[in-house]
Amino acid sequence: MIRWLLGPIGLCLAAAQALAADPVTIGVGYLGLAGTRSTLSLVEQPAENDGVAGAKLAIEDNNTTGKFLGQRFALEEHRIREGEDPVQAATALAEHNGFIVAALPADALLKVADALRDRGTLLFNAGAIDERLREADCRANVIHTAPTRSMLADALGQYLVWKKWSRWLLVVGSHDEDKLYADALRRAAARFGAKIVQERTFEDTGGARRTDSGVTLIQRQMPVFTQQAPAYDVLVAADESEVFAAYLPYRTWDPRPVAGSAGLVPRSWDAAQDQWGATQMQNRFIKLNARRMTALDMQAWTAVRMIGEATSRTNSGEVKKVTDFIKGPNFEVAAFKGTRLTLRDWNLQLRQPILLVDGRMVVSVSPQEGFLHQVSELDTLGYDRPESKCKLK
Amino acid sequence: MLRAGLLSGLVLAAAPAHGFIAYVSNEKSNTVSVIDTDGWTVTKTIKVGQRPRGIEFTRDGKFVMVAVGDDDSIQLIDARTQAVVDTLPSGPDPELFTQDAAGKTLYVANENDNTVTVIDLEKRARLGDIQVGVEPEGMTVSPDGKTLINTSETTNMAHFIDTASRQIVANVLVDARPRFACYKHDASELWVSSEIGGTVSIVDPGKHEVIGKVTFEIPGLRKEAIQPVGIGMTKDDKTAFVALGPANRVAVVDTATHKVTKYLLVGQRVWHMAFTPDEKYLLTTNGVSNDVSVIDVAAQKVIKTIQVGELPWGITMAPGIAP
Repeated sequence: MIRWLLGPIGLCLAAAQALAADPVTIGVGYLGLAGTRSTLSLVEQPAENDGVAGAKLAIEDNNTTGKFLGQRFALEEHRIREGEDPVQAATALAEHNGFIVAALPADALLKVADALRDRGTLLFNAGAIDERLREADCRANVIHTAPTRSMLADALGQYLVWKKWSRWLLVVGSHDEDKLYADALRRAAARFGAKIVQERTFEDTGGARRTDSGVTLIQRQMPVFTQQAPAYDVLVAADESEVFAAYLPYRTWDPRPVAGSAGLVPRSWDAAQDQWGATQMQNRFIKLNARRMTALDMQAWTAVRMIGEATSRTNSGEVKKVTDFIKGPNFEVAAFKGTRLTLRDWNLQLRQPILLVDGRMVVSVSPQEGFLHQVSELDTLGYDRPESKCKLK
Repeated sequence: MLRAGLLSGLVLAAAPAHGFIAYVSNEKSNTVSVIDTDGWTVTKTIKVGQRPRGIEFTRDGKFVMVAVGDDDSIQLIDARTQAVVDTLPSGPDPELFTQDAAGKTLYVANENDNTVTVIDLEKRARLGDIQVGVEPEGMTVSPDGKTLINTSETTNMAHFIDTASRQIVANVLVDARPRFACYKHDASELWVSSEIGGTVSIVDPGKHEVIGKVTFEIPGLRKEAIQPVGIGMTKDDKTAFVALGPANRVAVVDTATHKVTKYLLVGQRVWHMAFTPDEKYLLTTNGVSNDVSVIDVAAQKVIKTIQVGELPWGITMAPGIAP
């Protein structure tokens, strides 16, 4: 009964900032797609609550802090079904929530951002890694906690160059996002002095990802596909569509390591990350969600923690005040990555170290030592201010 | 000058009655290294539980308590036999702890469940828990024993807890990831280091307000590399030493102005520190270079490096001279 009453009262207070003694309710919406994508590896199959589970943990963390400050955080989730209008769903969420964490494809995110602009809702892009959302299509009401393709590619590129594996055989899938990732990898090779000795395309001819006698066929296909390559150090695969990359390790014609979409993979987070106090966070996540934490979970956690960080620093639940603080020069957030995370003020992308993982261990963390920058070494990952085409509006 | 410092160290070494004993927890090796300052050598390596971090002598100097986080307990090392003799019932994943002036009550930060556990040291029994913020870490008791301070790393607060009622009486927001708290001996200020924020907040313990901040700037080093953790305050409260983590330096801070007067280059990823009881030397644990740096406090110079186990983390000094 009391809780039922507190909700609406809290909302009024959040708007009016009346009595400091009463708890302020801060509403956070989570907007994702219904259903999950299919992966080649059964163990990497995302859970139904991929992403929102991270937001849920951050709400708990924020509430632990909030009880000392008279702030209460509430999460409202909505999954967009096939054929449902994302703008309508987002508008409904924005009724009760000043902040929305979105895990949506780029086009849907842009539609939502434009529809909510006049309302003052602050959006967090926790899912889309598309460069254009931070470049030509950037928006002043969208903060990006997901890394970009170029950040991921640069993180991998720096490590491969540090390792002196500078001759890459690039294998690219036939879908659009595979080609975009290949673009980012080519850019990384050019920036850090690696050489792409040859490119091959792996055509998606359709077919099931799960079969009862799959391995036998794959074991014959992959060596043939990778034979007669010029001398190379590492095979770099661009396969965001999950068509072939996971089949490559241990099956290449030449005995070479695989990186990119399989083998050594760049990610914002991994269940194996245990440095910089991350173990506590991983334990909290497992306790709450009965599974391990993914990169999408972390990107959503970070978004909700950014909101909590700003509400505690400003001692306010007012969306405008909180938004201004997050976009301001003094904002920083800790996210178990060994360094403070800040926003690139020219496109609202969160600067962050990128982990290089092999599915079991964190192999390394980029930026690598020796890649220098005049402002922040984190800006050696991805498009930098002078290259940016973003004009925030 | 450096040679002079070394010479005085040698003179000290020649007089064995002046030797002190330091215990260093090695997070990765699951060991504790015993250092004799008489000659600056490791005299013994003690096997302990998994992931030893927080380490402190009991007030009577008879035992060393070491938090072994991955075993969810605190082990007691007998200082005479230098062997583990008992285990205290801490909560899950203990990292840092502190004791009251009498050495009767122990307060343990349990990172995994947002609590501080209270332990009766005489009975070696758990008395209760106090709910605090997310990931409690830094712990200290005010000089008058009335207030317990706990910092929580993700909540970014210093919690002021009344030791009699075990209730939180105030929460002070500090910069990101507060890791260590330390009172001035005269109780006029509480210093809290923020690892990710890169600052030390100076808190007025009466008003529960941040009244100043120590900031750090090292030419040629990015701001992100400066991550303050351990703090050491001289008994006259005039000088503070702050370990700066991956900046590989200890800052010397004038406590009157709250300004850094000097940066001392130590080993890599410097975590915590302890003074010798005569306050002539300050020993720091350097996590990545697996060693301990010895600082001559008066000269403000690093005079020696001692190799210890893997990833040295905490350090404590025996209250008296070596037996």
